[in-house]
Amino acid sequence: MLLDSKLPEGPLAEKWDKHKFNVKLVNPANKRKYDVIVVGTGLAGASAAASLAELGYNVKAFTYHDSPRRAHSIAAQGGINAAKNYQNDGDSVFRLFYDTIKGGDYRAREANVYRLAQVSVNIIDQCVAQGVPFAREYGGLLANRSFGGAQVSRTFYARGQTGQQLLLGAYSALSRQIAYGKVKMYTRSEMLDVVVVDGKARGIVTRNIITGEIENHAAHAVVLATGGYGNVFYLSTNAMYCNVTAAWRAHKKGAYFANPCFTQIHPTCIPVSGDYQSKLTLMSESLRNDGRVWVPATKEIAERLRKGEITATDIQEDDRDYFLERKYPAFGNLVPRDVASRNAKLMCDEGRGVGSTGLAVYLDFADIIKRTGAEAVSQKYGNLFAMYEKITDENPYKLPMRIYPAVHYTMGGLWVDYNLQTSVPGLYATGECNFSDHGANRLGASALMQGLADGYFVIPYTIGDYLAQTPPTPVSVDHPAFAEAKAGVQARTETLLAIKGNRTPDEFHKALGLIMWEYCGMARTEKGLLYAKAEIQKIKKAFWSDVKVVGTGEEMNQALEKAGRVADFIELGELMVDDALNRNESCGGHFREEYQTPEGEALRDDENYAYVAAWEYQGENQPEKLNKEELTFENVKLTQRSYK
Amino acid sequence: MAGSNPNAKPMNLTLNVWRQPNRQAKGKIVEYHVKDISPDMSFLEMLDVLNEDLLHTNQDPVAFDHDCREGICGSCALFINGRSHGPEKGTTTCQLHMRKFSDGDTITIEPWRASSFPVNKDLSVDRSAFDRIIQAGGYVSVNTGGAPDGNEIPIPKEISDRAFEAATCIGCGACVAACKNASAMLFVSAKVSQLALLPQGNVERKTRVENMVAQMDKEGFGACTNIGSCAAECPVGISLENIAILNREFLAAKATSNNLA
Repeated sequence: MLLDSKLPEGPLAEKWDKHKFNVKLVNPANKRKYDVIVVGTGLAGASAAASLAELGYNVKAFTYHDSPRRAHSIAAQGGINAAKNYQNDGDSVFRLFYDTIKGGDYRAREANVYRLAQVSVNIIDQCVAQGVPFAREYGGLLANRSFGGAQVSRTFYARGQTGQQLLLGAYSALSRQIAYGKVKMYTRSEMLDVVVVDGKARGIVTRNIITGEIENHAAHAVVLATGGYGNVFYLSTNAMYCNVTAAWRAHKKGAYFANPCFTQIHPTCIPVSGDYQSKLTLMSESLRNDGRVWVPATKEIAERLRKGEITATDIQEDDRDYFLERKYPAFGNLVPRDVASRNAKLMCDEGRGVGSTGLAVYLDFADIIKRTGAEAVSQKYGNLFAMYEKITDENPYKLPMRIYPAVHYTMGGLWVDYNLQTSVPGLYATGECNFSDHGANRLGASALMQGLADGYFVIPYTIGDYLAQTPPTPVSVDHPAFAEAKAGVQARTETLLAIKGNRTPDEFHKALGLIMWEYCGMARTEKGLLYAKAEIQKIKKAFWSDVKVVGTGEEMNQALEKAGRVADFIELGELMVDDALNRNESCGGHFREEYQTPEGEALRDDENYAYVAAWEYQGENQPEKLNKEELTFENVKLTQRSYK
Repeated sequence: MAGSNPNAKPMNLTLNVWRQPNRQAKGKIVEYHVKDISPDMSFLEMLDVLNEDLLHTNQDPVAFDHDCREGICGSCALFINGRSHGPEKGTTTCQLHMRKFSDGDTITIEPWRASSFPVNKDLSVDRSAFDRIIQAGGYVSVNTGGAPDGNEIPIPKEISDRAFEAATCIGCGACVAACKNASAMLFVSAKVSQLALLPQGNVERKTRVENMVAQMDKEGFGACTNIGSCAAECPVGISLENIAILNREFLAAKATSNNLA
């Protein structure tokens, strides 16, 4: 089946304006008759909940955290892009659009990305008005820095804590609506199912994490802003609670899952140090502005480093290979994330990796420290350097950082049309939870932009179009579909508790993560993927007969929560492998070793794969059905990406 | 040289952990032993090891809040050996590493102790009082869509930097736990200062501080007696100066109140 993305007609630059005029409106007096559920309170969720409540809708917002302010958006470090052109360096809406489409390796929708670039400027204005303390120049105006995949300075930032400041801005807007009574906030509530009535999303089922109570909630529309699924790899830069459960339950209720194999491996993370490791820590991409990436020129030197016979500072300039600067002179250390990650892996595969495991490369700040002094470097990156030292016990002012790629972001997600509506009417997906804007690779500082664009400036318009066509009759949880969904959630909880096996949820999660990282990570082959598929099926079988959870469902039970999430990760993992197998090309973060240029770059197949793969659930243990949305490019020319 | 220091020896530790099944139940300290703890582990990874052991022996794992494990989400909240977030200055529990402890140590782990933060279970507490304080006024009342261009509000860099420093509060509650009065003044003052320093916050300056302080009192947090342990234990270094700003703002607001009630 070919999917209809409901793209507006007309020239690219006019589509969004035209669409805003054409969507149906709900008159101000009627808005209070509509209830909207927003799940997740990160950038995409908090901004949507606040903005919808400001318009007059009754919003119920949900988070599994103890406070909406804890969502993982808070950990974003580097910044947020916007086409303000405050630096007079040639930026424009079209250039941001172009960079994002190209960075995504031509696997995103033109119209969505253009809209994203258009509203990017409004986001900055909104955040400034909220009191977000962005970095400023001495003249009092906003400062910018550059980021990977761009040759202009368009990234707004708040030291290394941009996500925190933006989230606290959205959280403050949300808090204000909670105080007004326009948002009813449910904390410590985990969404465990979507309720579909007569083909339309009408509510959700949640579990109260403190009491264990399973609850139904009804609304005229449901917005999922539940983040990405990077934790399918066990180790990632995602927070520990990040999971796919909300999106996966929606998928099982009819929402298509698009491009699940498009995952982003971030090049600059602190390497793994031991098998007890619970998560990986990102070192912001902004560090690549001033840090230089290198490995020893020969295997022999690398060997001596790994044995601890010499340290990085003992290695002479001639014995160092600044491989990104050498291979990509135009972009140097600022090549996009997928390119930087793959090259780091290549160096380590050649035996030139550093650290005791040999799975690391250097990110060196000696030059910039010599040029501007340690104080200036600390001004810019102080918190990151401190974090690095806390974790590794090494001082990055003296020794180069050791970094290695790690799973960071998932470009795939629930399929949505131009209105951000999933394939289930009345069910919307915003932020990282949807697939829409980043194609096969996301550029740095674009996640915050997309989350806030969706929440502040897109969903408030597009959800009105749906609600205007929905009668404003009160909703209730009386329909049998609610009782059925609730019973399903209860039965699943009981099943997990009844297995009483021998392996903990974490052990299954680790086993799954190792398979995913090895065979569906930075480089993929048909053979490896087929092997992974069989292994994941084994893990699934073992899980449902041998998982161990103690206690009951009627109390705070973190092992039970974890078990439910791991069960969904296992199923998602298999779909990711299927998607990676289906896509016989390399693009962005999806690198199939069979498909590469003679120089080792990703080799796209635009003739056969310029489409969105949107997978449709067919029932327990059934192969999923592939639906395609053709991507047409009228405003950019598809080229082999070159950052040389 | 590598992340795992080859010379660092694994440690065996005794843990005294606060166990409390739910809010109503009475809690108690229970002793546990963990073995082969790597000095490169984070404190929470050490607790993961304990919890996996407990699960394997059919015991209820210890509930604790945590999420980002990067020191920014403010979820983790452990009172370790009598100190908020443990012995290392300027560090959240998740960023505290076991190399700060020694083989054979006994470590006491409690939840935040403050009546405004009731215990959910074991080491997890309810900090929703902080949310309600923010809801009382910790925002600038601007709806989405009506904002002027970002550069129309120039702000001196020094002012912006000071506002940023106040705004970096992670809302973990360490200040309350460290204070003998369980006062929330540092938390409240960080938000009040951020918005009082910035021109955007000026319009609601008086009502904000009055309403936030009123809510703080309503939540039952104690009074500030200028001890300063809040700032000393704050993992992100929120300065005591903010409390001085809060007091000034509060007095000025009271003297010229816009509140008609």
